[in-house]
Amino acid sequence: MAKRLSVVDVDRCVGCQACMFACTRRTGEGGLAASCIGIRSAGGIRKGFVVVVCRACANPPCARVCPTNALTFREGGGVRLRAELCIGCGNCVEACPFGAVFWDSEQHKPQICVYCGYCAQYCPYGVIALEEIESQ
Amino acid sequence: MLSHDPLSRVLFIDLARRRSWVETRPELFDPNLNGGLGGAGAGIRLLEEECPAGTDPLSPENPIILAIGPLVGHYPLASKTVAMFKSPHTGNLGESHAGGRSAVALRMAGYGAIVIRGRSSMPIYLVVEGDDVFFRDASALWGMRNAYTVGTVLRQRESGAGLRSILRIGRAGERGVTYASVITETYRHFGRLGLGAVFGSKQLKALVISGKRNLPVADRRAYRTVYDQLFKAATESELMKKYHEIGTPINVQPLDAIGALPTRNLQSGRFEGAEAISGERLAADYLGRRVACAHCPVACVHLAALRLPYPNDPYFYKTLMLGYDHEPIYAVGSLLGISDPPGMLRIMDETEIQGLDVMSTGVCLAWATEALARGIISLEDTDDVPLAFGNAEAYIAATERITTQPTPFYQALARGVEHAASLYGGSDFALAFGGNEMPGYHTGPGCHLGYLTGARHSHLDSAGYSIDQKAVQKGQELTPEGVAEALLTEERWRQVLASLVVCFFARGIYTPEIVVAALQPIGIEITAQTLHALGTDILQRKHAFKAREGFDVTAVRLPARIWETPSPAGPFDADFLQQALLAFDKFSRE
Repeated sequence: MAKRLSVVDVDRCVGCQACMFACTRRTGEGGLAASCIGIRSAGGIRKGFVVVVCRACANPPCARVCPTNALTFREGGGVRLRAELCIGCGNCVEACPFGAVFWDSEQHKPQICVYCGYCAQYCPYGVIALEEIESQ
Repeated sequence: MLSHDPLSRVLFIDLARRRSWVETRPELFDPNLNGGLGGAGAGIRLLEEECPAGTDPLSPENPIILAIGPLVGHYPLASKTVAMFKSPHTGNLGESHAGGRSAVALRMAGYGAIVIRGRSSMPIYLVVEGDDVFFRDASALWGMRNAYTVGTVLRQRESGAGLRSILRIGRAGERGVTYASVITETYRHFGRLGLGAVFGSKQLKALVISGKRNLPVADRRAYRTVYDQLFKAATESELMKKYHEIGTPINVQPLDAIGALPTRNLQSGRFEGAEAISGERLAADYLGRRVACAHCPVACVHLAALRLPYPNDPYFYKTLMLGYDHEPIYAVGSLLGISDPPGMLRIMDETEIQGLDVMSTGVCLAWATEALARGIISLEDTDDVPLAFGNAEAYIAATERITTQPTPFYQALARGVEHAASLYGGSDFALAFGGNEMPGYHTGPGCHLGYLTGARHSHLDSAGYSIDQKAVQKGQELTPEGVAEALLTEERWRQVLASLVVCFFARGIYTPEIVVAALQPIGIEITAQTLHALGTDILQRKHAFKAREGFDVTAVRLPARIWETPSPAGPFDADFLQQALLAFDKFSRE
């Protein structure tokens, strides 16, 4: 069964961004440039936070607008990126209604969640979790 | 330090010429080059270079220096930015630390420090987006009554949501109140010593910083191992639990119980309303949300949800979200005799609207209240505001007047309690130390000596309250020399933490051994011994700067109120304090 990251309860998010740092640390480095999850305030910190992460759509709009088939449908939901095919047009970024296609501004290519769940291990408050996608 | 680590880049911004450039200064951040380690250590070195002797703090010559350290962006709980400047409040070393998102934003923008020089000819705000620096017109934002609105406007106008920090000032900073703050992310502050007034003097309304990058690691496996160790300690250990659950106001009731909670301008160390304004009570009745600084899972920032009706409009309400901590609760709660949480929270809100340091504001108002009661000042001076302990409405009205300054009295109060008392009298109950207003502990001689000797005149310099409380617990008698030595030892180590920009709440986690282990994977080989030597060096540099600007720790003013009001580790007297100050002066030169 395919897995995806689920936002269990966004109201428990404190905005620490430990998940974002975990996502880049997965690559072995510090910082945030490789992160495929984003936490931002919902219009000022007083209103709480928004978790931006790939929802592993059954029919992903990002893949449908890719002119080179660099983004392919993953069985069970979501997409995979074949970076060698990508021409960096950015259509996928525009197509995702959640803003969950992040951008590598050095390589000029999208950064796509690989559904590994490493970030969720660093969420102390149970905001996000890796879950199996139920078949529809 | 790894050669491709962007930390060594210092961004210089000249407001007068609207020009910016980057200088590479690895020696400020790499302890193996010239003993720097970022943060406070880099900040004091840059201040030595940028701030000539005798600089007027509100002149274009006074620099604003913001510095961070090597752990930022790599490890959790290293998320403070250190500001260095000459303080318009004390006329001496200005150093203020803020949490929030600015440290991570600076790191992600690719800098270890920012130096802002000169004065703009018109109100502007600065935007630093990675390598790009923009000078933007802030004339429409200048004079805006409410500092919250400035944040709202910039949030909507500028990009980088989730990756940015927005530092801004309120009207208090524009008008040169010497304890005006710089507000960041609405709920964190460069609160103390008047950085807001320095921003204002430069016609700098705000600074927006954002960026996104990876940071190099030398040893990836060791990096992850140390990271997990720190993360586990931060989220699971008892050391951090109190900050997460009740937050810093967990101190209110225990301090009251031992008679160490400054009340009604320190006429007492006990407050009958302590339970009503305690962390436990606020959590039960008002806690609306907990939030965190960037890269800190502890989330100690507690926000109260305060629902307020409009008195003359039925079914009209507003709900404020207000940050609270021990220090604001002390400063505008117990110190002003306020025991109703809505009143206390509304005074805090007014300090945010004006952009004032809440601690200095509370101490100034507490002194003014006593001065009015004693007839030292009159209602004419207070612009007919009937200052009285417990009267929240009067304090809200007076807080705004510190900014608007309708009478000569408020003009004096806008320069701090020491200055006001020097003009009107009442110095014995003017609670300032080295020119800076008192923090929220009256535990004994240790805390007061900490305020007097600390480079920032802050409780955070050397945690004197802890020396008092340990002595009480162990039944030990304090000696002047013992207190002086303990303060100096603690303050020296804290220079290391303040250089790494580790939050002092995490001082129990970031032991010297862990610091050494955390630096190694990111390419900094150092021993615990060298770290301690660095701490000593940084503190010496601060003392040298302060001496150059005329500070003498053996000649500071001692307000009699601190020994007249009994404290748990007391009694003590002026002689005890004088001896300790002489000892501190002697030991700090050794």
